[in-house]
Amino acid sequence: MDVLKKVPVREQDAAARAKNFDEVCLGYNKEEAVEEATRCINCKNAKCIQGCPVAINIPAFIEQVKLGNIEEAYKIISESSALPAVCGRVCPQESQCEGKCIRGIKGEPISIGKLERFVADWARENGIKPEPAKEKLGKKVAVIGSGPAGLTCAGDLAKMGYDVTIFEALHEAGGVLVYGIPEFRLPKEAVVAKEIANVESLGVKIEKNVIIGKSVTIDELISEEGFEAVFIGSGAGLPKFMGIPGENANGVFSANEYLTRSNLMKAFNEESNTPIMRGKKVAVVGGGNVAMDAARTALRLGAEVHIVYRRSEEELPARVEEVHHAKEEGIIFDLLTNPVEILEDDNNWVRGMRCIRMELGEPDASGRRRPVEVPGSEFEMELDTVIMSLGTSPNPLISSTTEGLETNKWKCIVADEEFGKTTKEGVFAGGDAVTGAATVILAMGAGKAAAKGIHKYLSEK
Amino acid sequence: MVKILMYKIIEAKELTSNIFSMVVEAPRVAKNCQPGQFVIVRMDKDGERIPLTICDYDRAKGTITIVFQSVGAETTRMAALKAGDEFHDFVGPLGCASEMISEDKAELAKKKILFVAGGVGTAPVYPQVKWLHENGIGADVIVGAKTKDLLILEKEMEAVAGNLYVTTDDGSYGRKGMVTQTIQDLVDEGKKYDLCIAIGPMIMMKFVCKLTKELGIHTIVSLNPIMVDGTGMCGACRVTVGDKVKFACVDGPEFDGHLVNFDEAMKRQQIYKTEEGRAMLRLQEGDTHHGGCGQCN
Repeated sequence: MDVLKKVPVREQDAAARAKNFDEVCLGYNKEEAVEEATRCINCKNAKCIQGCPVAINIPAFIEQVKLGNIEEAYKIISESSALPAVCGRVCPQESQCEGKCIRGIKGEPISIGKLERFVADWARENGIKPEPAKEKLGKKVAVIGSGPAGLTCAGDLAKMGYDVTIFEALHEAGGVLVYGIPEFRLPKEAVVAKEIANVESLGVKIEKNVIIGKSVTIDELISEEGFEAVFIGSGAGLPKFMGIPGENANGVFSANEYLTRSNLMKAFNEESNTPIMRGKKVAVVGGGNVAMDAARTALRLGAEVHIVYRRSEEELPARVEEVHHAKEEGIIFDLLTNPVEILEDDNNWVRGMRCIRMELGEPDASGRRRPVEVPGSEFEMELDTVIMSLGTSPNPLISSTTEGLETNKWKCIVADEEFGKTTKEGVFAGGDAVTGAATVILAMGAGKAAAKGIHKYLSEK
Repeated sequence: MVKILMYKIIEAKELTSNIFSMVVEAPRVAKNCQPGQFVIVRMDKDGERIPLTICDYDRAKGTITIVFQSVGAETTRMAALKAGDEFHDFVGPLGCASEMISEDKAELAKKKILFVAGGVGTAPVYPQVKWLHENGIGADVIVGAKTKDLLILEKEMEAVAGNLYVTTDDGSYGRKGMVTQTIQDLVDEGKKYDLCIAIGPMIMMKFVCKLTKELGIHTIVSLNPIMVDGTGMCGACRVTVGDKVKFACVDGPEFDGHLVNFDEAMKRQQIYKTEEGRAMLRLQEGDTHHGGCGQCN
């Protein structure tokens, strides 16, 4: 073997998978995992751990994989992460653990994500579960939202012995893991449901169909239902639109709507009663992971799909692997292109989109080169569907109904990074509700920090 | 497994042909709901999320009364539920409470209020009129239906309304003609109104607003666009109000009717019409439906 190269991971053939919703990446088997693990040089001062938002002891678990002790490897990961089978699939490893890997300086880094996934999948297939707390503390904590931040916070608190209830607004637990990320990237029944079951096996209760701020307020949870601390992990919020003419035409959707219909409501399955627009020619506006997910979903539903993004390939915010997979599957990238107007037919249906070409100018506040319009370069694309994937703005449901909970100028909840403490006593927050739309693992990191913060608060109270 | 909380149906009845009323146990919703708000229900684990108006609530018993018309595949399935059955999911209250709930009661009592209810839209009008009645305010209510057989909640409404005017399109009961005719008649008779609240089919609300604008009566409407989550996440329910785009689920469902772009809203309601038709066909034809006819797929 070439120690400078990752053991390649098996994937579903691009042409075949472009027509189905089965998982793209097939993962390592034990032999491949052990072989990949032997590439790890077990650094004393392991940079990879610093690159991990939940600080998994990466060299230690890889060492166990190397020895073939997969159960031991799982225990090490479980100390830090409640959702390893999810993270192994959706974390942007190239900018985190693998980005710091010493092996990566000369050659390719260790395939940490694929190893994590292998360990978690192996544990699940062999019925290994995380261990619940031996002693219960008899203190109730409420967690709002069952996405990555909430599940992590709840899992950590339950392990410490707290009596945790998660309140979920939708009819299914998992947050973005069930409504946002598609089946072909993160299988729902096989992976997400099992990871949630693991969190529940720690003693966490999940009450669905409860909208905090409407069904019950945070103040009522504390004063009437006996919760001593609350964690808000309510997620990203309201989809943004561009504010261009024609955006309310039939056939224009937010990526949230499109993905929720397909993922949560299973509209990708012909048997589902939930309708979804199966367009013939679709443009997805935006360049993040959500845009890639929407584009690849539309492709699988039978469309020719274009990603329309105003900057160049280098600035695409999506994970490298997602862009790579999207291209392999036949998604067309119209880069340095920005929509100006959505064109409608007489019945209010989308018939196309007028766009303008862009070029990169000086760097802006984000450090990325600012796209500027090329005068006179407008052109029309013929389309029947447009999916807007431009990010989200915070949902005011909780902040507007909770006295003393401060928000910043972007309406995100103000919380400190170390412990997730908000301006309201006993209330902690983390994830997209605090940072705006980010990643699964950053939300998990924040959930973890808040669990520490809540433990500290309740211990000192 | 995730904890499953079922929502038991205490009472189920058909109010009139194809319009059903169900009293459902949902203590969290019943505790905090207000007139103007709505719920989303799912009848079973594969069900669609259906937004429904709250017709009545009993805080002590922890129950909500919903009223719906069986129009699509999903509501037709739902209509078969009986007392003792359970909804898989029942979430709410969603949306904002009616504006009048937070108004100063003394100020509100000075206003002459007219409700205009059309068809199944009578259901969400009822709790508002009842709330006013409980606060000592009698409002005039016009209830319109296509024909006598489609009229609902007449007795209940009579008990809480100041004056009740029933009109049917075909004249089979009460006055004859559209609700707009009754509004015009009442105004011609010398009635003066400061506020009109109109809830019913989009086309009815459009024409009520057209008339009340001419008459100079401030008008609130309640919109029921397509929704998925009902919490602001999907944006399917966006409507143009004035020059702004609003999400009916979190900014509404009630809006200033004189600012709503009804034509756009009506077109947006049609987005899945053919899709819904297919789902209906699947339901009717069961296993015999294979979608291979070339007509629907």
